[in-house]
Amino acid sequence: MKSLEELREIRENAKKKTSRYRVHVCGGTGCTSSGSPRIIKRLTEEIQANGLEEDVEIVKTGCFGLCALGPIMIVHPEGTFYSMVKEDDIPEIVREHLVGGTPVKRLLYEETTKADHILPLEETNFYKKQHRVALRNCGEISPEHIEEYIGTGGYEALGKVLTTMTPEEVIQVVLDSGLRGRGGAGFPTGLKWRFAAANEADQKYVCCNADEGDPGAFMDRSVLEGDPHVVLEAMAIAGYAIGASQGYIYVRAEYPIAVQRLEIAIRQARELGLLGDDIFGTGFSFDIGLRLGAGAFVCGEETALMTSIEGNRGEPRPRPPFPALKGLFQKPTILNNVETYANIPQIILNGAEWFASMGTEKSKGTKVFALGGKINNTGLVEVPMGTTLREIVEEIGGGVPNGKKFKAAQTGGPSGGCIPAEHLDVPIDYDNLIAIGSMMGSGGLIVMDEDTCMVDIAKFFLEFTVDESCGKCTPCRIGTRRMLEILEKITKGQATLEDLDKLEELCEHLAANSLCALGQTAPNPVISTLRYFRDEYIAHIVDKKCPAGVCKDLLQYRIDADKCKGCTLCARTCPADAIVGSVKEPHMINQDKCLKCGACMEKCRFGAIYKE
Amino acid sequence: MSEKKQTVPFSGTKEQEQALREVIAGHKDEPGALMPVLQKAQEIYGYLPIEVQKMISDQMGIPMEKIYGVATFYSQFNLNPKGRYRISVCLGTACYVKGSGDIYNALMEKLGIVGGECTPDGKFSLDACRCVGACGLAPVMMINDEVYGRLTVDDIDDILAKYE
Repeated sequence: MKSLEELREIRENAKKKTSRYRVHVCGGTGCTSSGSPRIIKRLTEEIQANGLEEDVEIVKTGCFGLCALGPIMIVHPEGTFYSMVKEDDIPEIVREHLVGGTPVKRLLYEETTKADHILPLEETNFYKKQHRVALRNCGEISPEHIEEYIGTGGYEALGKVLTTMTPEEVIQVVLDSGLRGRGGAGFPTGLKWRFAAANEADQKYVCCNADEGDPGAFMDRSVLEGDPHVVLEAMAIAGYAIGASQGYIYVRAEYPIAVQRLEIAIRQARELGLLGDDIFGTGFSFDIGLRLGAGAFVCGEETALMTSIEGNRGEPRPRPPFPALKGLFQKPTILNNVETYANIPQIILNGAEWFASMGTEKSKGTKVFALGGKINNTGLVEVPMGTTLREIVEEIGGGVPNGKKFKAAQTGGPSGGCIPAEHLDVPIDYDNLIAIGSMMGSGGLIVMDEDTCMVDIAKFFLEFTVDESCGKCTPCRIGTRRMLEILEKITKGQATLEDLDKLEELCEHLAANSLCALGQTAPNPVISTLRYFRDEYIAHIVDKKCPAGVCKDLLQYRIDADKCKGCTLCARTCPADAIVGSVKEPHMINQDKCLKCGACMEKCRFGAIYKE
Repeated sequence: MSEKKQTVPFSGTKEQEQALREVIAGHKDEPGALMPVLQKAQEIYGYLPIEVQKMISDQMGIPMEKIYGVATFYSQFNLNPKGRYRISVCLGTACYVKGSGDIYNALMEKLGIVGGECTPDGKFSLDACRCVGACGLAPVMMINDEVYGRLTVDDIDDILAKYE
C-alpha cells in the first residue's frame, strides 16, 4: 500500500459488488454453537441447486447481538430477520424468499411480524435503544475479507493519521474525545498514550488486552470475531501516536474463532501493506504479533499480561514503574482493551466532538454489555453511556423470564458488585456504578431473579478468585481462601455472627494490602451483597434458612399431604429411596436419607412437593 | 492446574519429537517464545509430561524449574493426559445462575470422578471451564469440540450414551 489512493480504489471496487440479495449468517461463537455452520452449508447447496449464485451472496459475519435467538440469518437489502433457523427451513426460505421474493413470515423474528408490514430490525425493542459504534461492523461485514472492512471506510483513519496529523495531534483528539478504558478501570486513554509518548526509548510497544477473563462476558470476543481489522487499525494508530513499531495482541486461547480470524486479518493486512514497512509510503512501520493466553484470569492485569507475553508465569509486578515507562521487555508500553481500540478509528474520522456528544459528563461514548443470566434476550448490546439499567434489562433485554421478579444485576464480574432493584434507574456510567458499590468492569451484565441466592453468588465469585489468585502476594493468596471458608460455613448454616465480622474485616485487609487489582477487588462481590442483601446473610446465619432455596444444606424437601395423591412416582424416582408411603396414601420424605437432588419435585404432577 | 501424580507412562514417538524440534527451531531467538512452544508441544502430545518439558528445556536452554513453573501456572497446560472425550462444563456466571453447577455435580456422580480427573478406562475426562462464550445457550457444556446447550440434568445420560 503505497498511497491513500490505492486504498480508496479498493474501497470503490468493494462497493461495486451487485448481487440482488446478501444473506448474512452469524458466524460468532453463540450461533456457531447453535448450528450456523450447518445452515451456511445447506444454504450454499440450495443456492447452487437453484442456480442463484449470481443473485445471492452468502456472508458469514460476526455477532448480531441477539444470541438467545441463534442461529440468526438476515436477508439484505431489506434486512429481513430470521431467528432460530433450522437446517430444514432453508429450502423453503430459498424457494419463497430468494426465488419468489416473499419472506417466510412464520420463520421471522416474531416481534418483526406483529404489524401489517415487516418491521425493520432497528425498530424492535432489542435494537431500538442501541447505538453501535464499537460494534458498528459486527454482523455487517465478512470479517475474513479485508476488502469488506475497507469498503466501510476501514483503514481510512490510519491513512488520515499518517498523512495529515502529527503524533501529538492524534493524542490530543483521543484525549478531547473523553474516551476512557473499556477494560474496567476507566483510565483516560489519551492520557495513557501521552505518558508513553513522552518517554524516550529505542523500542516501544502497543499491546491489546483480549484476555477477556470475566466469566459471562463476551464483548471483546464478538468484536474480534466480527471486526478484527478495527483492532489492527487502531493499534497502528496508537503505534504512530506513541512512537512504537511493534504491537502484540494477547488473546484467550479459549476463543478459537477469534484467534483464527485475527490470524487471517493480520495476514491480509500484511499482504496489502497495511501492516509492515513504510505504510502508505510515509516511512511509518508497524507490525503485530499474536500471543495466546493459557487460561489465567490474572493475566488480564496489565503487568501480569506483559510478564506472560515475556514467556513467564503471569504474575503481576509492583507499580511504579508503570508500563508507560517500563512495560513489556522493560520498554515503554501502552495496553488497551479491545473495545477501547474499536472506538479509535471512528473518533479519528468523525472527530473528538462527535464522540464526546454521546454519553454523560464524565463518561463519553457508548458501552457494550454482554447481557446474560435470567433475562429473555441474552446477547450483546451497545448503548450510550447514561442509559439506565432498567432500559437495558426491561426494554432491550425483554425482562426476566417465567414471570419471576428481578432481584439484582451483577456487573464487573469477580471484581464488581450487585446492583439491586432500587437502583434500576441510575444512569450507567463509570462514576455512578462505583458510587452504588459496583463497577463498569469490562461489560458483563448478569441478571439474577428471586431464585438466586446472593450468598451463594458471593461464594461463587470467591471460588473463582481462589482458583485464579496467582499466589504471589499473601493477602490475596491466603485472604481469599479464608473468605471462601467463611462463606462456605454460612451457606452450610454453620456460621455465627462473629464470622460475619471476620468476613468484613478480611474484606478491608484484602482491598488495602493486595499487590494487584485482582486481590484488591476480590472482596467486592461480598461487600456489595452485604450492603444490599445483608438480610439474606442473617437468614443463613441466624435462622439457618436460605430464602432463595439454593443452599442445599439449609433446604428440606417436603410433601404436602393434602395435595399428594399417592401415585408413587416420586418414590420410584428418588435415587436414595428416601420417600416412603403406600399406594393412594400421602407419601413422606425421610430427611436423613434425602440427597436434596430435587428429582421428586420435578417429577410430581400434582405440585405436592415443595422446599423450604 | 494439575498436581496429581503421573500414572500413565510416557509414550512419545520419533515423529512427535521431530515435530517438536521443528517448532522450537521456528521460534529461535524470539523473545518470550516459551509460551507458544509449550502450546504447540501440547498440541503435538496432547499434554505436557515431564519428558517433553525436559526436551524443551534442553533444546531451548531454559532451566527446568522455569518450564515447570510456567506449565503449572496456566490452567490450559495439562501434565496428565486427558480422556478420549474431554467434557468441560461452563461455570461462567451466566451458566452458573442457570444451574450449570448442578450439571457439573451430576457428571461427577455419574462418571465417578472429580473435576480434573479422567475415568480409569481413559474415555472421559471432566473439567470446569470459565465461559465458552455461548451464554445464549446457558447452561452449556462441551465434549471435545461439540457444544451442548440449554442443558438439564435429565439430558446428561442421553448425551453420554452417544459416546459409548
